[in-house]
Amino acid sequence: MDWGFIFERTFSTMIGPEVVIYALAALGLNIHFGYTGLLNFGHVAFMAAGAYGLGVSVYYFHWNFWIGLGMAMVYSIVLALILGIPTLRLRADYLGLVTIAASETIRITVRSRVMKPITGGAEGISEFSKPFYDLSPFDLGKFYKFGPFRYLGRDLWVLVVGWTLLILLTLMVQQVMRAPWGRALRAIREDEDAARSLGKNAYAFKIQSLLFGGAIGAVAGVVQVVQKGSIQADGFNPVITFTIWMILIIGGPARPWSPIAGSMIYWSLIIFVENVLRQLSPQTRETLESTIKLSDINIGQMRYIFVGLGLLLLARYRPQGIFGSREEMALDDR
Amino acid sequence: MIANYSPTPGVSKNNPALVVKSVSKSFGGLKAVDVQHLEIESGVITALIGPNGAGKTTFFNLLTAFDSIDSGSIQLFGKDIAGVASHNLAKKGMVRTFQLTKALSKMTVIDNLKLGALRQSGENFFKSLFTPIWSSQEREIESRADALLDRFNLSHMRDEFAGTMSGGQRKLLEMARALMTDPQILMLDEPMAGVNPALTQSLLGHVKSLRDEGRTVIFVEHNMDVVRDISDWVVVMAEGAIIAEGTPDHIRSNQVVIDAYLGVHHDRELSHDV
Repeated sequence: MDWGFIFERTFSTMIGPEVVIYALAALGLNIHFGYTGLLNFGHVAFMAAGAYGLGVSVYYFHWNFWIGLGMAMVYSIVLALILGIPTLRLRADYLGLVTIAASETIRITVRSRVMKPITGGAEGISEFSKPFYDLSPFDLGKFYKFGPFRYLGRDLWVLVVGWTLLILLTLMVQQVMRAPWGRALRAIREDEDAARSLGKNAYAFKIQSLLFGGAIGAVAGVVQVVQKGSIQADGFNPVITFTIWMILIIGGPARPWSPIAGSMIYWSLIIFVENVLRQLSPQTRETLESTIKLSDINIGQMRYIFVGLGLLLLARYRPQGIFGSREEMALDDR
Repeated sequence: MIANYSPTPGVSKNNPALVVKSVSKSFGGLKAVDVQHLEIESGVITALIGPNGAGKTTFFNLLTAFDSIDSGSIQLFGKDIAGVASHNLAKKGMVRTFQLTKALSKMTVIDNLKLGALRQSGENFFKSLFTPIWSSQEREIESRADALLDRFNLSHMRDEFAGTMSGGQRKLLEMARALMTDPQILMLDEPMAGVNPALTQSLLGHVKSLRDEGRTVIFVEHNMDVVRDISDWVVVMAEGAIIAEGTPDHIRSNQVVIDAYLGVHHDRELSHDV
């Protein structure tokens, strides 16, 4: 077994593009769920809003890439308002229903044949990100290696920009959550009526929370499609939403750095398990294939089983997540 | 003096903080509240009592805009407040507490109090990004909060989660938090419910001190000893309407009130109609 290769892959993943994208998405969800208590089960819709805000601007309107980035934000704002205005006056569960339905509605609509001229339909949109890569100081096709990390120049450029964005946005979240604005959000999460009785406009705060978290979700979507170089409607499916939830729970909700930690743990576990399984000796592979049908294809599924097992252990031994406090969690039962 | 007012339902007062006119509220076919006229004198403690199901809490919710009125008008210091959102009432000087105490469990006691301050510039998202904009106001809020913690003997709990407090401490916390808004009117929904007798006296003292500061206090209560002890004026509700008001002594001997609580025939022998 080539442990050197396994660790190189695992370490490279640990700060790789997926970690950045999912940490950004989870950072947005953390504002919604962790700090405000909003049950957003369609967070992937905000990623899609960002992706198509950029994609449609370049592909359909032939606008320039940088205007497309602005439109990504506009789309996320529009989506947050559409989702929030009718539901946020109601009980928390209604937002949950509406967001999961909206995220699927958006995916099915943009991939439909009718929308093909605008969104590229099922084939999606590609070749929109050149202006971004033109700015790269790295040779796009060359591999760069430092310590245990190894990246293609193209990915390295995404990583430099992605991590800068991620850290700046995390610091921004940390700042606003320490401020009275964040205190009001937490109060609304704890008891909306109490917050209202003390003069806080709970509805306005919840809309702001949805807007802010949604915009960060859109940033995640933009980084994702720019890194992939294409926009595929089916990439924005509910599994992505629940992966983001998992990452947030692993890290511990309502802590600014937990999305990053959760994303790192989730993705390095996935990649580690996959590579270990692939690197097993031929005899072991053969035995596993004949007994539990562990073929090359099934390895992809197998790694989720291990992540599931990891989550079970987390729920049993550290239910508050990596950064959460057990003492705080215990207050739920009172 | 409040004692000089005539003890009749709907009597007008010299300095009313609240004036309620023909307010009604129905749930389906049930008329929960139907108040013709009520004035609440400012600067005194008014108790709102009545048997179970009299509509006290609904009336309370209507006054504080936690529920909307079907018809009628409510005036706060002479200004109509029908249709004003509940969070804006706090800014107009009226704040409420809840029967089931709403301590914000996963926030520290000091954060609970700091939340209560009104007009915080740091509650604006864009301003919250720059600490220097709101830090001096935050310091001022914190010192006010600390003073209130001291007054309500909660200083030792300052940095604990509110969820770790006892029932009585939560009542104190809620009262202190309400005071952070510097209200003119405090609406206390059953402030003594679930409080152990040892703490009741201290809570009563705190309620009296609110009046002594010139604030108007309205509270819903079941315990008659409490009502007699601290209230200056008592309003009695039954079946959604105001059936009596007066000083505690008047109310004690009021036949209408006794009938409402105990039934019209309470002092007759049980007998078969022949």
